[in-house]
Amino acid sequence: MVIRDALYDAPAPRGRRGTHTLSVLVQNKPGVLARIAGMFARRGFNIESLAVGPTEDEKMSRMTIVVKVQAKPLTQVVSQLDKLINVIHVEELHHDAVERELMLVKVTAGANERSQILEIADIFRAKVADVHPEALSLEATGTPEKLAALVELLRPYGIRELAQTGMVAISRGKHTIEDAYQSLMQQEAELEDVS
Amino acid sequence: MEFKKGDKLTGAQSLIYSLEQEGVRHIFGIPGGTILPAYDPLIDSSIRHILCRHEQGAAHAADGYAQAGGKPGVCFATSGPGATNLVTGLASAWMDSVPMVAITGQVNTFAIGGDAFQEADVTGITLPVTKHNWLVMDAHDIPQVVKEAFYIATTGRPGPVVIDIPKDVLQATTEWWYPDDVDLPGYRPRSFGDPRAVRRAVELIAQARKPLVYAGGGIIKSFASDELREFCELTHVPAVTTLMARGALPDDHPLALGMPGMHGNYTAVTSMQEADLLIALGTRFDDRVTGKLSSFAPHAKIVHVDIDPSEIGKNRQPDVGVVGNAKHVIRQFIEEWKRTKPQQPDLSPWLAQLHEWQQKYPLRYPDESSNGQLLPQQVVDTIGRVTNGDAVYASGVGQHQMFASQYIRFKKPNSWVNSGGVGAMGYGVPAAMGAKVARPDDDVWLIDGDGCFQMTCQELATMTTENIPVKIGILNNAYLGMVRQWQELFYDGRFSGIYLGQDCPDYVKLAEAYGAIGFRVEHPEEVEPVVEKAQSITDRTVVIDFRCDPAEKCYPMVPAAASNDDIIMDPRFFGEGA
Repeated sequence: MVIRDALYDAPAPRGRRGTHTLSVLVQNKPGVLARIAGMFARRGFNIESLAVGPTEDEKMSRMTIVVKVQAKPLTQVVSQLDKLINVIHVEELHHDAVERELMLVKVTAGANERSQILEIADIFRAKVADVHPEALSLEATGTPEKLAALVELLRPYGIRELAQTGMVAISRGKHTIEDAYQSLMQQEAELEDVS
Repeated sequence: MEFKKGDKLTGAQSLIYSLEQEGVRHIFGIPGGTILPAYDPLIDSSIRHILCRHEQGAAHAADGYAQAGGKPGVCFATSGPGATNLVTGLASAWMDSVPMVAITGQVNTFAIGGDAFQEADVTGITLPVTKHNWLVMDAHDIPQVVKEAFYIATTGRPGPVVIDIPKDVLQATTEWWYPDDVDLPGYRPRSFGDPRAVRRAVELIAQARKPLVYAGGGIIKSFASDELREFCELTHVPAVTTLMARGALPDDHPLALGMPGMHGNYTAVTSMQEADLLIALGTRFDDRVTGKLSSFAPHAKIVHVDIDPSEIGKNRQPDVGVVGNAKHVIRQFIEEWKRTKPQQPDLSPWLAQLHEWQQKYPLRYPDESSNGQLLPQQVVDTIGRVTNGDAVYASGVGQHQMFASQYIRFKKPNSWVNSGGVGAMGYGVPAAMGAKVARPDDDVWLIDGDGCFQMTCQELATMTTENIPVKIGILNNAYLGMVRQWQELFYDGRFSGIYLGQDCPDYVKLAEAYGAIGFRVEHPEEVEPVVEKAQSITDRTVVIDFRCDPAEKCYPMVPAAASNDDIIMDPRFFGEGA
């Protein structure tokens, strides 16, 4: 648990989709996902997407959680997340953060359509993951907007199946959320010392 | 029991010895199949196990023990139904921030997830009602988990935790060790407030013309009563004490206004509505205090001190939020006040206004009831008077709880034990028992309702067999009184599903069956002699069946979701719109 702003008057940054992207550093322990999902459910917070995976440190996992809330409940979401014992740090990512989703999409593609679909895939830098005489599976990464645009272009050919991950994101520049965490720890320690 | 680092021992021995390291003296519990291994080393331990009759009783007893004694309560239950029976007690401790460690047996590690006999997903079930919980899969981890459990339960905002241990982990052989420290990178509660926030808060306090301290359970939990009193006296700011903070400032203190909220007194409720500054200390703007939130304290700026950052701004956005331990932050306020020696506006008009309301709208009850039976207020008033506010008082949940919180003149912190947030009926009997175990030299008086009493009265057996003498006054009005009151006021008097009957059970016989002493009081003039008689009995539990008037309602009342401005006063004394 880290206390973010003692005076609670800092305006919350806004995501460009009316959403907020939280990068959450958690202890890599069983049940952490259930704790977080349970907290969101019982507090009535909405998760747009959630992605979890390993970090550079095997004792920690990183969750990227996209939430749709107004500014005031956002501080609630963050402080309730922070309150969970296994949550080490929560940082809201700036709206210019690098954000990516991965999509696998299976499109109906006979011999006549294949080249057109490949052309579209090329524009979006999507890769062919699998090919069949009657279907083509593409692999694409990008922002949710880019992937949505690709889906729209593929739709006329017939989308047979689609699988998409939640968003993963990382801040721009050289700083990491561990840096932010360490500097907050420092401030906290100083506060306890001074007092 | 004595082990050295590296000694071979079982997981169960490691558990019990770890509890000894944490200073545990008492455990409330019931054994069963999977927790069974932990009961063997208890024989060799200095810890006293108190065998309860229901796990809900064990959980509430641990809660009462913690609330009255200020130390964490510990309870044991077996897997499956044993553990699920703890849940109400955990939920109550969670909402009231009571430090508690519950230890549950679990089915063998290899059987988990296979729907084994008496298997329940205890960490899953208790997740929303605990501060944290653990499923221990390796006996080596037991000391670390116990250390962390007590640390988490007692520091920061206190709360209940659960340690779920499979039977084969308790039986496994391991080596004794005990950690010096916890390893919790995600848990670092702050104790002192940010000095900038403290300065801003003190500036606001110094400028206010109608300041009011809104003191909550955090004062009790952080043992900050002395600091609260010093702060109020230094700044001349009066204080209301919420249901969870009764006794935080003595009721006879000139700056004490008593309890605010749904059944708060007129002055306490109205002072919040009229204040220009609320200094909220260790409290959470609960709906039972604020009434309709949008019209709560409409003129007040807010200074909110809480150790839990997520409470700040949750219900009401403060002008200054201070995250920290109430005791330390109040001390900081005092130091800052002394350093800056601020020029305060004249508070005497405000204090005079409060005094006028106190004179005009006191808590009041009639001289006699409508049907010749007892008035519950008179009973509570008498118990408080005879015991002189020196006892520990516990209650269940309902009208009797509100009468007790209104009419007892509390003197000391940790002398009021109740289930405030969750409002668990049945809390009283076991919680009073737990309080008595924590405070054996003090009288413990339970003021209970007939509905509440019947939910957990099996713990009378525990009291008798374990020699835990408690004094129990049942305000027997034959009904689920608070529900009756709501049906009368808000459902046109259409009573539904509330009649318990005054004669079943026969509480005197029931008390005797359990080895306690039973009295029945039917006439007002008998109340005081019987309370005095109960005071003189110190070796047995006493149960008094006070036959009360079912028609008596608890006033004042702010109806649910209504504004505090629309407080309903007792129409027998105060006209409409008082």
